[in-house]
Parts: sequence; structure tokens; C-alpha cells
Amino acid sequence: MTEQSTGNDVCIIIGASHGGVNLAFALRKEGWDGEIHLIDQDPNPPYHRPPLSKAHLISDDGLEKILLKAPKAYEDHNIQLHLGHTVTAIDHVHQLVNLEDGSSKHYDKLVLAVGARPIIPPIKGVDSAQHLYPMRTAEDANHIRSAFAQSESKRVVIIGGGYIGLETAASLKKLGGDVTVLEREERILARVTAPLMSEFFQTLHTQNGVAIHTGKNVVELRQNANGQEVVCSDGTLYPADVIVIGVGIRVNQELAQEAGLEIDNGISIDEQCKTSDANIYAIGDCTYHHNKHYNRMLRLESVQNAVDQAKTTARALTGKHTEYDALPWFWSDQYDVKLQMVGLSDGYDDIIKRDESEAGQHKFSTWYFKGEQLLAVDAVNNAKAYVVGTKLIANKKQASKTDIANSATDLKSLLG
Amino acid sequence: MAKITFITKDEHTIVCEADSGSVMELAVQNGVKGIDGDCGGVCSCATCHVHVAPDSVARVGEAGEIEKDMLELDDEANERSRLCCQLEVSDELDGIVLHVAH
Repeated sequence: MTEQSTGNDVCIIIGASHGGVNLAFALRKEGWDGEIHLIDQDPNPPYHRPPLSKAHLISDDGLEKILLKAPKAYEDHNIQLHLGHTVTAIDHVHQLVNLEDGSSKHYDKLVLAVGARPIIPPIKGVDSAQHLYPMRTAEDANHIRSAFAQSESKRVVIIGGGYIGLETAASLKKLGGDVTVLEREERILARVTAPLMSEFFQTLHTQNGVAIHTGKNVVELRQNANGQEVVCSDGTLYPADVIVIGVGIRVNQELAQEAGLEIDNGISIDEQCKTSDANIYAIGDCTYHHNKHYNRMLRLESVQNAVDQAKTTARALTGKHTEYDALPWFWSDQYDVKLQMVGLSDGYDDIIKRDESEAGQHKFSTWYFKGEQLLAVDAVNNAKAYVVGTKLIANKKQASKTDIANSATDLKSLLG
Repeated sequence: MAKITFITKDEHTIVCEADSGSVMELAVQNGVKGIDGDCGGVCSCATCHVHVAPDSVARVGEAGEIEKDMLELDDEANERSRLCCQLEVSDELDGIVLHVAH
């Protein structure tokens, strides 16, 4: 086996979302001549996931508006799509993947872009609850949209105050829902952002008419004569026509695990995205990988990471020198607020807030420092702060906290 | 109906027609190379960067504030740069020519 594609090599990619699809096209761009097979259990043509909880949820436009690539592009690039198929096992010794229909297919290189699935917590009554959905796939979004449309009183309870839950809350509020978010922690977005950002989003949602309750541990979903209600450990009850669960994800690591690949908070990969098996790579949400910039092991749930690891893998599989070295970035849109985040704030010891709000328009940024080193920036309606933050962090440049805090200082002057 | 011409970095010309939607969606639907639209069209990723042809500039108009800031992440940006997810297809855009930046 050579590292270079021979023209006959077969690459199988399991998972046709952001990572898998970008990899297939990147492989062609890098000169992979052999077969490329993309397999996914989702029967829909591959689509963007972030809009599902945002614009897509409130629009009547079909999936064709959010497809990752035109259907014709797969043909043009000779990428074979196998949609609606499930891989049941990987035989790494014989380099085969087995499918649910009993067939198997040989690979020279296999890439796991298998992502993650929503956690459905073992709450009493969860199995018999009506109109209860996670928000991860196009089908989930369709279910939520139609259950919401059919319900008369449009009472929505969202369990989990993370980005998915809050984006879904904002969208369903826009559609005229009576929306309640229940968060177990003492603040929303507790796992991913600083208290001042949590406070900002709590106020934003409250002002837009979404009820946010923190410190709420849901213990039961109960049916009664008037419909169903969500019961919390403190005895409070919330009637719900539609329930959306957004309490986090679990990596789809079973195939890898059963194939004996190294697992550690996700599928372990090296800087070329290679797993512990020389012929198997992994990309995206399912991977546990080293981030060079922060010099630590990470598992990231983001489009950026999936796309960047796809590019790295395409280079690696076509025998080019490559190394994953990306700065994580994320975004979220809620109401008229555009949140852009760059970097990882874990371990910060100081926060600088820069407020550039004008009448009626929120515009500010939060800068996370460890000592004098800038770790991350959260920018609200402030792309300039996001861009300047990205450049400072990427180049590990120091910036004066006083200048950042002073909204009269031009941010660009920080780049020197 | 607007007819929009994309010219890719490797000099392929693709002419597309549409009534509505964003110019980025139109490019992706027609497989225009170099227009990725990784963020799905919300001005968050700068992967739908085009240079508007000089004679089309007046009709396309200037980038918005967020868009201008995002373009600064890209070394290829110039005064005719736009992120085409921010361009809404309309009759106004009929006949414009866009050069894909990457």
C-alpha cells in the first residue's frame, strides 16, 4: 500500500454532513482518482445543519435552499452517494464495511465522519411523551415545524438552554409560539460562555417574550386531561404541546469502538486525522484531537472543525504533507443578534468588555484573557471585533486591555 | 428573472438564472467552483467571496458593515469585493458579472 492514490483506490466516507461532503470534494480537488463513496443513514441529500434551528425552521422553503452541494455536483465529481444506508460494522482486518442490507464494500481508505446524536435524557415519561423532538436533522426540524403548526395553543417547552435550545426558542417565538426554556444550571449557556454573556442572552430572550427558567431539573413528562406537562424537581409544572430537547450530544463512536479503534472522549486521531488504524481516518464532531494553537486535546462541535479536518484529511490521503492547525470559530443567530465567537476561552482569568452599543442596537464584544494572552472573543453584532480578535489570536499577538475596553480606540489599531 | 454570470478562478464561465434567493445559493446550486458558503448564508464564514466586475459595481452596490468587516479576514479582498450570500437575486441584478475570488 502506497500513500499516493493509485487511481484504483477506493475511499469510503461514512457520514455525509459538513465533514463528509467537504472531504469528498476536497479529495477530488487534491487529485484523488479512485472511487469515492459517501454513505449516510439520512435519506435526504446532504444539507447545512446550522440553519435547521434558525432560518430553515421558520421558512416554508424546502431543503433545496440549504443543500451543501447541488445534486449535479456529486455526479460531476464522480462522488457516489449512498443515502438512507446504515453501516453496521467495520472489518478493519479485511478493509470492509458492512451495510444493513447484508452487503459489504471494500475500502482502501475509510473516513469516519459519523458525528454525534442528541442525548435524550432518561426522564420519567420520555418514551411516551407526545411531540418530543431533538434538533439535529432535517427530519427533526420538519417534525417540530409540523407539530408546532398543528398545535392550537402553541406552547413549546425547550429542555436545555444551550445554543440549539435558544436558537430554536427564538425561531418558534418568531412564529408566534408561547415558548419556555428550562435550564438545569443556574445560568443558560453555562458550559460555553461567561456569566455576562449568559446574562445578555437571558435578557434578550426575556425581552422577546421567551420565558427562561434556570435551576430547573426536569423529572417527569406527564399526560393529563388537558394535554401534557413538564414537571420539575421543585414541583413546578409547564404545559407543553411541543417539547424540544437540547441537552447535548453523544459521539457516534460505536462503529469505531467495535472495530477496536482508540477512543478517548471521541475517536482519537493524530494531526493528519488518522485514527489508531493506518487505513482509517476520522473528522468532525466525532473526533478527539490535538489543537496546536491551544496545545490541548479537544472535541469540537462545529462546522469549522468538520470542514478544516476534511481539508487536512484530503491532503493526507493524497500523500501531501499536512497538519491540522486551526483556530476554532463558531456563530449563533438569535432574533436580530449575530453572535460570532473565535478561540476557546477555557482557563481565562480576566474578561474585558468593550461596549459599542448605539441606541436600540446591541453591539459589544467580550475578550477573554489569561494573563496578557488573548484566548477568545465573543462578538455581538460586531464583526470587526471578531475579525480583529481572530487576527490577534491567530498570530498570538498581545493587545492592550485598556485599548480594548475603550470604545473610542479604533480596534484596527490593535493590529499594529 | 435575473441572469448572473460567474467567472471562476480557473476561467470557467457559468451563467445562471433565478428569480429569488441569494446569489450564493444560486452559485452553490449550479456548482460554481470556489463558492462554498460554509455558514449557509449568514455572513459568518467569508467563503462566498466574489469580485464584482467593474461595470456591474453600480448595480450590485456596496457591502454592508458586517460584510466589510468579514472581508478583512480575506487577503484577496479589494474595493469590488462582496460576500455573495448578502446579495439577493432581483431584476436589478440581471446581467451582472461576478469573478469568484478563490
